[in-house]
Amino acid sequence: MGLTEELAEELSGAEIAVRCLQEEGVEYIFGYPGGAALHIYDALFRQDKVKHILVRHEQAAVHAADGYSRSSEKVGAVLVTSGPGITNAVTGIATAYMDSIPMVIISGQVPSTMIGEDAFQEVDAIGITRPCVKHNFLIKDVKDIAPTMKKAFYLARSGRPGPVLVDIPKDISFQKTTYNYADPIHIRSYNPPGEGDINQIRKAIQLLMTAKRPMMYSGGGVILSGASAELTELAHLLGFPITNTLMGLGAYPATDKQFVGMPGMHGTYEACMAMQHCDVLIAIGARFDDRVVGKVEHFNQVPRKIIHLDIDPSSIAKRVKVDVPVVGDLKLVLKQFLAELRSTQQKPDAAELAVWWKQVNDWRFKGGGLKYNNSTEIIKPQYVIEKLYEVTGGDAFVTSDVGQHQMWAAQYYKFTKPRRWLNSGGLGTMGFGLPAAMGAQFINPGATVACVTGEGSIQMNIQELSTCKQYHLPIKVVSLNNRYLGMVRQWQEIFHGNRYSESYMDALPDFVKLTESYGHIGMRIDKPSDVEPALREAFARKNDLVFMDFRTDPTENVYPMVPGGKGLSEVILDPKMPHPEVEDL
Amino acid sequence: MKHRHIISLLMENEAGTLSRVAGLFSARGYNIESLSVAPTEDPTLSRMTIVTNGSDAVIEQINKQLNKLIDVVAVMDLSDGEHLERELMLVKVSAAVAASEAFKRAMAVFQGRFIDTSNSTCTVELTDTCVKLDEFLQAVGRDQILETVRTGASGIARGERILKL
Repeated sequence: MGLTEELAEELSGAEIAVRCLQEEGVEYIFGYPGGAALHIYDALFRQDKVKHILVRHEQAAVHAADGYSRSSEKVGAVLVTSGPGITNAVTGIATAYMDSIPMVIISGQVPSTMIGEDAFQEVDAIGITRPCVKHNFLIKDVKDIAPTMKKAFYLARSGRPGPVLVDIPKDISFQKTTYNYADPIHIRSYNPPGEGDINQIRKAIQLLMTAKRPMMYSGGGVILSGASAELTELAHLLGFPITNTLMGLGAYPATDKQFVGMPGMHGTYEACMAMQHCDVLIAIGARFDDRVVGKVEHFNQVPRKIIHLDIDPSSIAKRVKVDVPVVGDLKLVLKQFLAELRSTQQKPDAAELAVWWKQVNDWRFKGGGLKYNNSTEIIKPQYVIEKLYEVTGGDAFVTSDVGQHQMWAAQYYKFTKPRRWLNSGGLGTMGFGLPAAMGAQFINPGATVACVTGEGSIQMNIQELSTCKQYHLPIKVVSLNNRYLGMVRQWQEIFHGNRYSESYMDALPDFVKLTESYGHIGMRIDKPSDVEPALREAFARKNDLVFMDFRTDPTENVYPMVPGGKGLSEVILDPKMPHPEVEDL
Repeated sequence: MKHRHIISLLMENEAGTLSRVAGLFSARGYNIESLSVAPTEDPTLSRMTIVTNGSDAVIEQINKQLNKLIDVVAVMDLSDGEHLERELMLVKVSAAVAASEAFKRAMAVFQGRFIDTSNSTCTVELTDTCVKLDEFLQAVGRDQILETVRTGASGIARGERILKL
């Protein structure tokens, strides 16, 4: 017997899994116990490095790990049991997958000898999660647990990040083997890109220098790559207008004068028009999805050259034709751009750029800076977000659910830092906001964390108020309660002849009492003049969770709006507001 | 404009890899005309040949999406260059059909082999391109055939172009 083997410890599969979590620096794992995961729970109990957070529903465990990751750039960790444990987790996993969030999910599985026999709480976890994970593994031998866990964390965080599932059958979790986590990993089929091709970068710069109407369009990839500083530097160096997608908000400071707001379905007028009419578009970690470019045929009507920087080749030329693709890690690629621009001293034509900025500013003027018809009688939802921004000094971690409130939060909260805005952009998962806020609060103790939600979304994971009580999470819930599934109602108003099919919210609970019953503070706010005082009072309570039930105008719609199936320049402005005519292209 | 493409993959010879590839095609709405897979001389690797069709943009996406699968080690679109493809087909006909002049002529033209006979039936084997096999079936006539089984195409590039680790 060799020396290393003598020194190596014999551990159970469950103990090995937990040791791997420790090695990976996992501070918190979010989960819910059950039969097939009990050995792993026992191993967790017998150590104190990895803290387990007990949620009230597995979906919330995944969203919490997701919020933890989005607000910190660490890999989220989840532990669930077999059967309903993993099926409940699927919505959370799909949410993380769509937004490329690094995460490792451990699921218990029925004993390997019983797989395929329809055992109690058996489900094909590998099969059911396959379309919504970056990769998944079924453990068949206890010796495989350590190397697989190492691969799982490596895959989750490298390249284009994403969730990775490790399914561990119960019998394997109590078999023993020697533990060794030191082996380096090598996956022969997997080589995440690093720097971009310098010739492609030179070609891209040449195109940017000859542009008459250049536009920068950046997305969530910039945040995932930690490339906000490089993006900001490049934008300042070039002087071009820049837009951030819903997933990219905060990557470029929204308070900067080059920032034209968010593009797409509920983007600003100027961002939509500039995206449509630019002659050179540089896309950086964004994927031209349907909510951003609208009808792709309409977008393609305007001839423009497209430069696309992305770590995932399959994101390039998926929906639009790309002239200069650059594959690489955005932080490195943007550094290459900066170095090349500096060393060659190239500058865009200032006179041409001034003409273009005049046009963009005209659109900005016409758009009216997201002004809305405020009221002294009834609370306008936009007003609540504006005040939330003021009261929190623009520096809170803001999570959201999905719907109108999400769009208003994206429009009116001016994010100046990356990883401050956490929302389910790709999958659009209602019920994301509260558990994501829990994850963000765990990894950012002492920080201000707000969950912007509505009375529809919050009820999809409201049970987590109990988790918040158990762990003393002082989240501020800002609920825009308009007694409707607002976004559904808005579409029904515009596209379905005001037939509000099942979009009202009847039999709502008394949210103040409900919150109080969970041991928190609840507030109901009915008058516009009470909005700011209520927010100030709530955010002054540093140690308490406060649920603010704002009774908002049920008829308010989100504008601007690019209706489904329309093009970006067919954007509709708020009909209740005046919009001066300006010269268009 | 849709084109037929024949794509070769090297992938980890592990349970579940086939379903990752098949799942990718169904989830993203890509067509599979045929798919054949077996281990290679390196037992840790399987080689798959997929015949698909789509516009240039779709074929580009298929190649990229296949490359993105963690278990896929290498992808080669054989249609990008000169290549060979072969498919194996077994056809069972009645003894009477097998004895007919038309059938014998088709067998001679397409270089088929008789591999099994019984009192009432006869089974033949043909190896050729998919198009040639289609032509054989047409020559024999669908109503003359009791049973057909085809493997789907296997492909390899001509000359020095090699798909290997």
